[in-house]
Amino acid sequence: MASTTQVKPMEAALSNDEILRYSRHLIMPEVGMEGQQKLKAARVLCVGAGGLGSPLALYLGAAGVGTLGIVDFDVVDYTNLQRQIIHTTADVGRKKLDSAAEKLKAINPFLNIRKFETRLSSDNALELFRDFDIIADGTDNFPTRYLVNDACVLTGKPNVYGSIFRFEGQASVFATKDGPCYRCLYSEPPPPGLVPSCAEGGVLGILPGLVGVIQATEVIKLILGKGEPLIGRLLLIDALGMRFRELKLRKNPDCPACGTHRTVTKLIDYNEFCGIRGEEKPMEAGVPEIQVEELKRRLDAGENLFVLDVREPHEYQICHLSGHLIPLGDLPKRVHELDSSREIVAHCRSGIRSAKAVTFLQQAGFKKVHNLAGGILAWADRVDPKMAKY
Amino acid sequence: MTKINIPTPLRQYADKQPTVEVKAGTVAEALSGLVSRHPDLRRHLYTDEGKLRSFVNVYLNDEDVRYLQKEATVIKDSDTISIVPSIAGGW
Repeated sequence: MASTTQVKPMEAALSNDEILRYSRHLIMPEVGMEGQQKLKAARVLCVGAGGLGSPLALYLGAAGVGTLGIVDFDVVDYTNLQRQIIHTTADVGRKKLDSAAEKLKAINPFLNIRKFETRLSSDNALELFRDFDIIADGTDNFPTRYLVNDACVLTGKPNVYGSIFRFEGQASVFATKDGPCYRCLYSEPPPPGLVPSCAEGGVLGILPGLVGVIQATEVIKLILGKGEPLIGRLLLIDALGMRFRELKLRKNPDCPACGTHRTVTKLIDYNEFCGIRGEEKPMEAGVPEIQVEELKRRLDAGENLFVLDVREPHEYQICHLSGHLIPLGDLPKRVHELDSSREIVAHCRSGIRSAKAVTFLQQAGFKKVHNLAGGILAWADRVDPKMAKY
Repeated sequence: MTKINIPTPLRQYADKQPTVEVKAGTVAEALSGLVSRHPDLRRHLYTDEGKLRSFVNVYLNDEDVRYLQKEATVIKDSDTISIVPSIAGGW
């Protein structure tokens, strides 16, 4: 296939230091001097410097991709370090952008790193994408996935896609000239709340490594114009079974973004498109709540409160309030274990699942149920600082 | 028996099983056999009107059933059906 970047050999000429650095590329016929100059001339934008963005940027930087843009607005925290290998313990509290740029420069001082400290939005995406040849999507939510896709289709830039959940990943290359786009695969997003995020569902730390490196491989192949890119193919990665499967993807003639009769002619409000309005707290609204301080006071006073823990058994092992454990998903079939005449306080990790439990119990006829606001995390913050947080 | 691959996000509604085997002649029969055995899956696969949800793709072997005869596609015992929902995680 044709290369996506136009090399201007004079500009991309390699110094002797660079020739030594890239020697293992230069002696391969698939890369060689011409390929390495293509890499140097290439401009790749990584959207997100998190789980997927870490290995992606590290390998692209090491391989000699000349201009690496990174879009991120987040700060490194402790829960990131299990998988976001571009950041270290000493970086906690720093901007991911600064932390990532520092590591990339340390690996390869020849890189031109462009930092964009912003949330990718319908207002800035087209302008940001314009200065790059390839976009690598390392984001973590549906609105941004659709935004990246549509902006890639509108600007004619390939979208090197990867996404992950627990032990499972997907990868593909969307929005090339004749290939399908993300909307050909999924024309609409799931309603909010139906598909759990990594923050809710967890993710094996290694998985973004596997998938991010697949994305990096595809980026390099697109730049070199070598091999068979993942265009028109969806790669499914199952780390638990260690199985890779491939599904056929077709360009959908009725696709609203890239089909024959396009309706997506400019970027839209992607939060609205994904059914997210304002603050994302649809379930908890209107559920009776109790604060952690009040629960502590009433338990200490020996009041007859029933604490219901709706988390999973493996979460109970991390920390607990000695509550009765019924995971949210099991509640309908185990509701008989609860006494509706007693006052019940339901809790989970942060208060979202337990709000659903309270709503369910109210519908089942329970009158005296409260949601512990902020969940066991709030308890750890405000009542028992020795408790483990996760 | 036709094998149905259940993706990770939906396994919690199918007794945590990665695959379910059903005896069926078409994709529609196979999926209906699946949800009758695991009723909690229904609202994740179908809309209230009984249509397959647009963010859940169904593949027969490596081909999207939308480009075959959709849910009327005839299946053989040796076939594998995969349910492939959209996932968005990355951070």
